[in-house]
Amino acid sequence: MSEVRITRRHWLAVSPVAAAVLAAQEHAHQAARSVQPPPLTILDAAEAKEIEAIAAQIIPADDTPGAREAGVIYFIDHALATFDQYKRPLYTEGLRDLEARRDALFPGSQSIAALQPAEQIRLLQAIEKTDFFELLRTHTALGFFGNPSYGGNRDQIGWKLIGFEDRFQFQPPFGYYDAEHKG
Amino acid sequence: MKQYRPDEEVDFLIIGAGASGGIMAKELSTAGFSVVVLEQGPYLREKDFEHDEIKNTILSGMTNHLARQPHTYRKSDSETARVPNIKFIQYGRQVGGGSVHFTANYWRLWESDFHQKSKFGSVSGAALADWPITYSDLEPYYTKAEEELGVSGLAGANPFEAWRSKPYPLPPLPVKSSGVLFERASRKLGWHPFPAPMAILSQPYRGRGACLHCGFCEYFGCEVRAKSSTLATVIPIAEKTGRCEIRPDSYTRKIEVSSDGRVTGAIYFDANRREVFQRAKCVIICANGSETPRLLLMSQSSRFPQGLANSNGLVGKYLMVDAGYEVHGTFEQPLNEYKSVQATRVIHDFYEPDPKRGFHGGGGIDARFDFYPASFALTGLPPDAPRWGHEWKAMIGRNFNRTMSLLAHATCLAREQNNISLDPNLKDPWGLPAMRVTFEFHSDDVRNMKFLLDRQMEILEAAGAQKSWPDTSDESLLPHNHLLGTCRMGDDPKTSVVDRNHRTHDVPNLFLVDGSSLVTACCQPTCTIQALAYRAADHIAQQARQSKI
Repeated sequence: MSEVRITRRHWLAVSPVAAAVLAAQEHAHQAARSVQPPPLTILDAAEAKEIEAIAAQIIPADDTPGAREAGVIYFIDHALATFDQYKRPLYTEGLRDLEARRDALFPGSQSIAALQPAEQIRLLQAIEKTDFFELLRTHTALGFFGNPSYGGNRDQIGWKLIGFEDRFQFQPPFGYYDAEHKG
Repeated sequence: MKQYRPDEEVDFLIIGAGASGGIMAKELSTAGFSVVVLEQGPYLREKDFEHDEIKNTILSGMTNHLARQPHTYRKSDSETARVPNIKFIQYGRQVGGGSVHFTANYWRLWESDFHQKSKFGSVSGAALADWPITYSDLEPYYTKAEEELGVSGLAGANPFEAWRSKPYPLPPLPVKSSGVLFERASRKLGWHPFPAPMAILSQPYRGRGACLHCGFCEYFGCEVRAKSSTLATVIPIAEKTGRCEIRPDSYTRKIEVSSDGRVTGAIYFDANRREVFQRAKCVIICANGSETPRLLLMSQSSRFPQGLANSNGLVGKYLMVDAGYEVHGTFEQPLNEYKSVQATRVIHDFYEPDPKRGFHGGGGIDARFDFYPASFALTGLPPDAPRWGHEWKAMIGRNFNRTMSLLAHATCLAREQNNISLDPNLKDPWGLPAMRVTFEFHSDDVRNMKFLLDRQMEILEAAGAQKSWPDTSDESLLPHNHLLGTCRMGDDPKTSVVDRNHRTHDVPNLFLVDGSSLVTACCQPTCTIQALAYRAADHIAQQARQSKI
């Protein structure tokens, strides 16, 4: 969390409009936290903690929330319980290999979640070309940017990041250049 | 809705309630005939449609699913076909078929498309042929399709377009930022951009409301019925006649034949996997360019041991698919391309083949955006972008609303080696042989796609893109939505499967009306498939009235 706070403070220092945005974010974050997250059905608590720590490096929190805050872990659990059931063993095996690598890289460490952020990044760099990492990356993106009904993208955190609004109606002009063209 | 008993012999049994089947159902039922339509997919209504990217793209919500509708793929018959990681064949699988989830590009063919062989000569390694009909034969039906279904566009804006007897019934949809940038750049290059013809309503039309620009067209059903699918247009008219029954969740496995060589109906699995035989005087298969040949090949009998209508062995051959690369570019200001329909501007300056280029082929190029948030995160960034972490996240946030794409819609030459056949090993969950696809682009197709790619990159550069890059995916490994040419139309029974009126050469009361009839393929086929359906329906109704079926 310390890293997040430093980044946010830095951002506050350079952006005069940020305070209001941050306040709104904090409010949303609190609101999200006040809702009881769904129980995990597939992953056990220890696995979930490890996977969440990885997802939080794939899409980290900085001046905006990341995968952890968006509840990506609940999306992954939901996916493994439903449409991606067959990928469950890939997680079990992938995580087992990754823990072994962690042990080799950082002797004496207890878990991925307990590593320092820089260590987590080093560990993930070692596997970033593997199928397991691609699966984690894909699931993290789906959980962060997919429909919130799947358990992730809490408070539309992912959509807010990219400026996407899920609405049934928009009016032209839609963007800068068609507005300019209309005059 | 009217319901028929399976043992009632209906006038027409239509297999497939999609882009063409919906039109056949409407035309024949309003002409007074009894009609049953068997559709393998469900009957979804507007209330069932959702803005859910995961459901519709990752989980194949409205299209064939590789686990439930498996197919195998190989480049040539020297390889063993395997189930691909990404489906090669993609088709709409619900009442309304692909017309429900398609992007709704609605381009007519050019006059020369119908006689390319005469105009340009043979192409080595390709089975180029003239159509047995001309643009003039089809023009009234292009007009009918545009009018009945509701198409937005601007007649005369494309200086190259073939003659038309009537303007589009609706004005073009509002231009997006991608369209403005594309238009400026194309003009600068001396080319001729025009508003994309779309089967989406720009204004209220025949009881349906105009597009609200939500942006969920490609892969999605339209909740407000502004997309002119057969589900939103002709199928309700067919049902209102009281003579047409749409039977969803009905998966046809065999067309039955009598001893005199005429079809008598079809056997299908109902929703509970019970086999049902529906009797009919005439069968019309509208199951798309991949499922139509598969069904014919599965309909083997002692009289037709190679499969139905396949005495010359051509059923399934000459498969043609959508061709063309996509390029992407980022711009300084927000485009917000996720809003409204996917494409708003097109050029046809390179549509017609030009022998001076040194290969056969041509195509159109459109300005578009066909990403949704998750697919953008995973595939929308330049190839040199970081793939995870702070920078990745920041770049997704910065680029999503500043990215646009250009897609080419190019010639796909017919090759005899490219085909749909039955996989000798793999079965689907119903125990039927899975579809096997054998396909590789002709070398001219690849050269043409690269030629168009250079034009696409020139447009992005002229448009002032900050960065532009081609999509480097292997074009032959992406899902293909245009499934064409596999039961080719022609006058000669030795070289074609159906005649100029879609009647099979082998069986007098069996017609095939869908993408499988197309002789050549360039660009956007749905408009032509639907015009062919209107034309075929006219002919079939007339023949039925005169007891000539």
